[in-house]
Parts: sequence; structure tokens; C-alpha cells
Amino acid sequence: MDPASILLGGFASGMVLFIVSVGLSVTMGLMGFVNLAHGGFAMLGGYLIVLAMKHWGLSFVAALALAFCAIAAFSVVLERLLYSRLYRAQELDQVLFTIGLVFIMTAAVTLGVGPETQVIRLPDWLRGQTNLGFMTYRTYSLALIVVGTLIMLGLWLGFERTRYGARIRAAVDNRRMAQSMGVDVGRLFTVAFALGSGLAALGGGLGAEILGLDPNYPLRYLVYFLIVVAVGGLGKVSGVFFAALLIGVLDFVLKIYFPKGGTIFIYALTLILLLARPQGLFGKKGA
Amino acid sequence: MDAPQTAAGRFARRHRFRWWELLPWIAAVAAFFAFPTYLAFGTQLLITILFALSLDLVLGYAGIVTLGHAAFFGAGAYTVGMLASHLGWNEPLSGLLAAAVVAGLIGLVSGLVLLRTHGLTLLMLTLCTMALLEQAANMGAHWTGGFDGIPGLSFGKILGLFSFDVLYFRSQYLYVLVVLLLCFLVVRTLVYSSFGQSLTGVRENLLRMHAVGAPVRARLVIAYTISAALAGVAGGLFTQATGYVNLSALSLERAAGLLIILILGGYGRLYGAFVGAVAYMVLEHVLAKAYPTAWQLGIGVTLVMVALYARNGIIGIGEALMRRLRGANTA
Repeated sequence: MDPASILLGGFASGMVLFIVSVGLSVTMGLMGFVNLAHGGFAMLGGYLIVLAMKHWGLSFVAALALAFCAIAAFSVVLERLLYSRLYRAQELDQVLFTIGLVFIMTAAVTLGVGPETQVIRLPDWLRGQTNLGFMTYRTYSLALIVVGTLIMLGLWLGFERTRYGARIRAAVDNRRMAQSMGVDVGRLFTVAFALGSGLAALGGGLGAEILGLDPNYPLRYLVYFLIVVAVGGLGKVSGVFFAALLIGVLDFVLKIYFPKGGTIFIYALTLILLLARPQGLFGKKGA
Repeated sequence: MDAPQTAAGRFARRHRFRWWELLPWIAAVAAFFAFPTYLAFGTQLLITILFALSLDLVLGYAGIVTLGHAAFFGAGAYTVGMLASHLGWNEPLSGLLAAAVVAGLIGLVSGLVLLRTHGLTLLMLTLCTMALLEQAANMGAHWTGGFDGIPGLSFGKILGLFSFDVLYFRSQYLYVLVVLLLCFLVVRTLVYSSFGQSLTGVRENLLRMHAVGAPVRARLVIAYTISAALAGVAGGLFTQATGYVNLSALSLERAAGLLIILILGGYGRLYGAFVGAVAYMVLEHVLAKAYPTAWQLGIGVTLVMVALYARNGIIGIGEALMRRLRGANTA
């Protein structure tokens, strides 16, 4: 394979990682909440998209929009009812609670839909190859890169250029200080949580082509999502973006050249990186 | 109450054996005679108790939240498996010792490095260490059998006297029970020693322990190493009792399942490992085969409930009930 197509393939899977993980980064940065169930929202979103397309005849784009809204709404209900009770709890309780949620989601999906892998039927205009001028590449991978970049730009603008984003950044840097300045961190968190879960749902649907979609999805990719967040730095949108691309490309290259267990390098690198820089590659020191 | 107990007196007495501490062991021996056809399951149960006990030492007493404890279980299991298949070293007791040494060494080295961090970073690092070992076992197919693991292992006689009972697991059950008892005594002594007290101190108030000049990191690393060695023994027992080892020994599922068992029973309580393992594994044995999905759903709901309402597990619920009853009596 030539370097350009390796890079494009890696970027495409990196974009999926970014779209799923960015919400996790923000919620962990804001509340320090260890949410291991984040991948579960991605899975639920993916399933909703499959079902909406298969049974209700929705188009791919409409199904994506539906999944975003539905999962965002669902996550707010969960957040208000359950998550909010554990904000001040120990990490261990948060870990248990969210692992429990993962089990419930996995079981619910197995019961409701079945244990088999789901396939998303892409619309015709996303299939086949596209001529880029200097080379041709899979249309869907290119579309993923475009969508991921757009989401990144949107989030970046929202974070850096709006008052709301400024509040979130302030709360990530120093929650108590932000609170004492009159920022309602609880409300902020609810909104960020909903947005993050909705994006995860999008990622689950968009990435089904690459990551697959079955009831074990949340546990299988748990380590990956956490690595992206840890490498990118908590609460840093751009950090997560670059970390996701880095890991996407690295994973893609390793899968080609070391098909058997190449991921060992990713774990080893993460280990070394976190030891040297616990705040992540792009995180601020002392955050 | 006749004489008011002094705190020092209570502290001096708290390590003494109480009569009810014999109950689990009597139950284990009784089960040997009562359920002769379930001894294979019983052996697994005892191994899980030992594994949960090792986690209790770091999680319950030292307060180190780890998601990667299966790393040490797997290290012990693979040590015994590889020694037997490649070197023909199938003497069980020295195999266990080797498992404890290898797992303990991994615990020592990783502990020295990882325990500098805390919180989410530590959680991630333990997870990564386990994933690293799992991938290493997957890649080193020549040594570890890769994805399929090492099947069909056989081991020599225990103490040169008792051969492994492939059909009914009688000798395995008793062998594992004795090892569990020995390891339990070690953990119990450790927990009630001044060393155990300082671990609890680190868990409860890290800052104050630093302030009184306790060597916090050294204590944590030692506890982590001992716990890893015990988990390695559990892994070694697993390989010896079942005659195989595969990647599931190192999996996140095993680590998460163990965490659930300990929390369900009640962590930081010595006997939480026993209660949790029995409750979890008996239910799993009954339900998981017939209704695997409902089982998973039930575990999920239980976990959420435990995290929200019953943080001290089954033993914690029992203690609260006892307190209520006593309170009602005296009032």
C-alpha cells in the first residue's frame, strides 16, 4: 500500500475514534467522572440507526440525525436520574456503576435485537470510489474524514469562540473557581453530557463500517476510547482530535504490517506516555 | 456492657479468631462430602475466592482502584502452563511457587512504576498493563499457544502422594482448599498487622499518612507485590486444576468479573471475597447457562444498585441489619 492510502485509511478510523471519544473527554474533564459506559451510547446509537433504516425506511442521514437526538435525550434522562447521584462518590463506585450500565445495555441489545453483528447499508452515493485527482479512494472513508473534520471545526469554534465554550473550559481547568464565579457546572455538565453522548451515537453509526456493531462493542473498544482520551488530555477537544488521528493511523499501519497482535505497540506506547506525561500528550500540566 | 473497652484493648483483641471464622472452612469441607459431583465447580469457586482475596488486599485495604488484576492471575496461569508444556516441569507445588514469583515480580516492577500515579491515570495504566500482557500472550504463539492457549496439560502428584483427579476433581478440591487456607492466613495476619493498619491509613487519608512520615509508596508497592503473588498462585492453581490455560485468563472480562465479585461480597472485609464469590458463582452456575442474557442483565442491574445503594456489599447489608437488631434489643 502506498503511504497516501495508508494515511487516508488511518485518518478515517481516527475520525471515528474522535467522534466517539470526544464526549468522554469533556465529561471526564468536567466532572472527573469515570464513565466506562460511554461506548454503550455509541452502540445504542449504531443499533438505532440500523433499525431505523431497516424497519422505518429512513435514509442514512435522517437515521443519523434521529440517533443523535434520541441518544442525547436518553443520556440526559440517565444523567439526571442516576449519574448525578455519583458525582461526589469514589471512583470505584463510578466504575462499578458504569460497568453495570454496560452490562445492561449489552444484555438489552442482545435481548431486543439479537447477538449477531449488524450491518449498515450505506446509500449508493457513499459507496464505490472517488477520484481525488492524484489517486482514487473509498468514498465512504473520504466522507468520514470530511464529517470528522467538520465536527472538529464545529466543536472547536463552540469551545473557543462562544461564551458556553469558555464556561466549559473554565470549569475543566478549575471547577470550584468556575463555580464561585457563578458558572452552573451541573447544568453545563448535563448539556456537555448530552452532546457527547449524541456524538458517540453518531460515531457508533458512522463507524460501524470500520469497528463493527454487535452487543460486545462497548467492552471491546472501551480500552481504545479511554486511550484516546488519556493521550489527548482530559477536556481538550483538539487534543482528542490529534490523539484519535495518531492512534487511528498507528492502528491502521500496525494491522497491515503486524496483523497478529500489533496493538501491543499501542498499549506499550500509551503506558510509556502516561507515565511520562500523566496529563496526556496535549493536556496542560497540573490539570 | 459491663466494663468500657479501651480502644487499645479492642485493637489488641481484634485480630483474635472468633468462632464464626471457622464456618466457611467447615462449609467447604462439608461441601466436599455433600456434593461429590460438583467438585469441579467447587474447585473453581475456591480459586476465585483466592483471586478475590488478593484483590481485596489492594482494593479494599490499600484503596488502589485497579481494573487490571487479571494480569497477575494470567501471569501465574501461563507460568505454570509454559513450565509444564515446554520444560516438562509439572511438579505442582514448585509450579505454584514459580507462579507466585513471576506474578510477584511483575507486580513489583509494575507497582514501582504505576503507583506513582493515581485516579484515572492509574486505572488506565493497570488496564494497559493487562492488555499488554494479553497481547504478548497472543503474539508469542510459540511459547503461549497464542489464541488457542495451551490445552491438555497434566501435572505430577501433589507432594508426590496425591495424583490429580481428572474425573471428579477430589484431590484438586482439597489441594486448592489447603492452599487457600494458607494464603488466607497470610492475608489475615497481614491485614491485622501494623503494616495492614498503615495501608488502611493510606486509603483513608493519604495526606495525613505522608504527614506522619509513613513511607506511603513503599507500603503500597509491597502490598501490590504480595497481592500480585497471591493472584499468581490463584492463576497457577487454575491451570493445574483444569489442565489448560488460554487468553481468557488475562481478559478484561475476568478482571471486571472479579471486581464485581469482591464488591458484591463487600470489600475491605476479608470475608467479602468468600461471600461474593459464592453468591456470584452459584448464581452464575444456575442462571448463566440457561439464560445467559438475563444473567448479564441481572448482573448489570445488581452492579448499578450496589454502586448507588449498597456500597459495602452483602456483608455490609448484613452488618447494617445486625446493628438494627441489636439497637432494637437494647432500646
